[in-house]
Amino acid sequence: MKLVIINYGAGNIQSIKFAFERLGVHAILSDDADVIKAADKVIFPGVGEASSAMAKLKATGLDKVIPTLKQPVLGICLGMQLMCNHSTEGDTTGLGIFDVDVVKFSNKVKVPQIGWNEIESLKTPLFKDIPEHSFMYLVHSFYAPKCDAMIASTNYEVDYASALQKDNFYGVQFHPEKSGKVGQEILKNFCQL
Amino acid sequence: MDLRDAGDPVELAAKYAETGADELVFLDISATEERRKTLADLVLRVAEKINIPFTVGGGISSVEDVDVLLQNGADKVSINSSAVKNPQLINDLAAKFGSQCVVVAIDAKQIEGKWTVHLVGGKVPTELDLFEWAKEVEQRGAGEILFTSMDHDGTKNGFADEALAKLSTMLNIPIIASGGAGTMQHFTDTFKNGKSDAALAASVFHFHEIDIPELKQVLKKNNIPVRI
Repeated sequence: MKLVIINYGAGNIQSIKFAFERLGVHAILSDDADVIKAADKVIFPGVGEASSAMAKLKATGLDKVIPTLKQPVLGICLGMQLMCNHSTEGDTTGLGIFDVDVVKFSNKVKVPQIGWNEIESLKTPLFKDIPEHSFMYLVHSFYAPKCDAMIASTNYEVDYASALQKDNFYGVQFHPEKSGKVGQEILKNFCQL
Repeated sequence: MDLRDAGDPVELAAKYAETGADELVFLDISATEERRKTLADLVLRVAEKINIPFTVGGGISSVEDVDVLLQNGADKVSINSSAVKNPQLINDLAAKFGSQCVVVAIDAKQIEGKWTVHLVGGKVPTELDLFEWAKEVEQRGAGEILFTSMDHDGTKNGFADEALAKLSTMLNIPIIASGGAGTMQHFTDTFKNGKSDAALAASVFHFHEIDIPELKQVLKKNNIPVRI
């Protein structure tokens, strides 16, 4: 299997590469549209600020490529957020794959949410054999509210969508590569989609 | 100072990830220029092994230093003295890598009743007040604060829960308690009374005085949300 991690300069992707290597899957880092299109599975990572990450994506032309991909694509953290319609972070227009707008937590809770929190209402084969209320590692200030595309929910200030899915596109707000054995199982499930 | 060898860091790290630690913080307390390369290599070897968040600190003083560590698989960095000497570094790191990546470690002890920030592993006092500095650090874009009470560190008498509660209430970013862990009750206390968002310990784990899976069961029984 050929797994490509989109390398567009937004954040640390070594952790993701190592996580797949622990599963015995060699991950290729690339920003080349042809390499990405030819992959069996694509990971769309992202850490940092939405508008600057989107600017980097546009600079490589990958903003046009990602929505046309036909193989399973997994957006992680900011990657997932950029796959939505819009983010209030930097008033950023997203890729519009998931029909939802990303908003910020209020100051009633600690922001960013950093640490482990539970996922529930798990749907789709991405969460095959994953127990409800499993703990995942999250680091984020913005979130996707509940919507039709929601396949996992987490409570922090509100119940929000901690995973999304539409057709071949999946997105997770949490970091499966940093979420222990259960996170590793989710990545394994993704490889088997 | 008496130093005890707790073993190979890579093996220890893998063991902690395996037994349920929620995060690993690697602080090279004797970091020097020559050792920087060794550190990056060690970070890489640890990062390959573990599937939990990984924070690295020690001798970091520039955006370039952080870049190297992240490329080698660190998820976050912890800065301490360099942040005091050059507070703009916090802004620069937050802008370049995001606040989630920037942990500011603060060592402090009470001098005539005033919590005073110290540098160089707690050896050198500054003029800074703990709470004022913590507020500034948050405003400059730190994602988390790792607060070590020098008064409690090494005592095994419990964390500085009063100061921790004040920090946690005052600030809107997570506070990691450090210094003083001796018993499992101390962990329960710092989550309940200290309002800490996380608790860090080293020697009680390294020398098998507290077993992590057992500690987590105790925390769960005490109604503290914890990943088992």
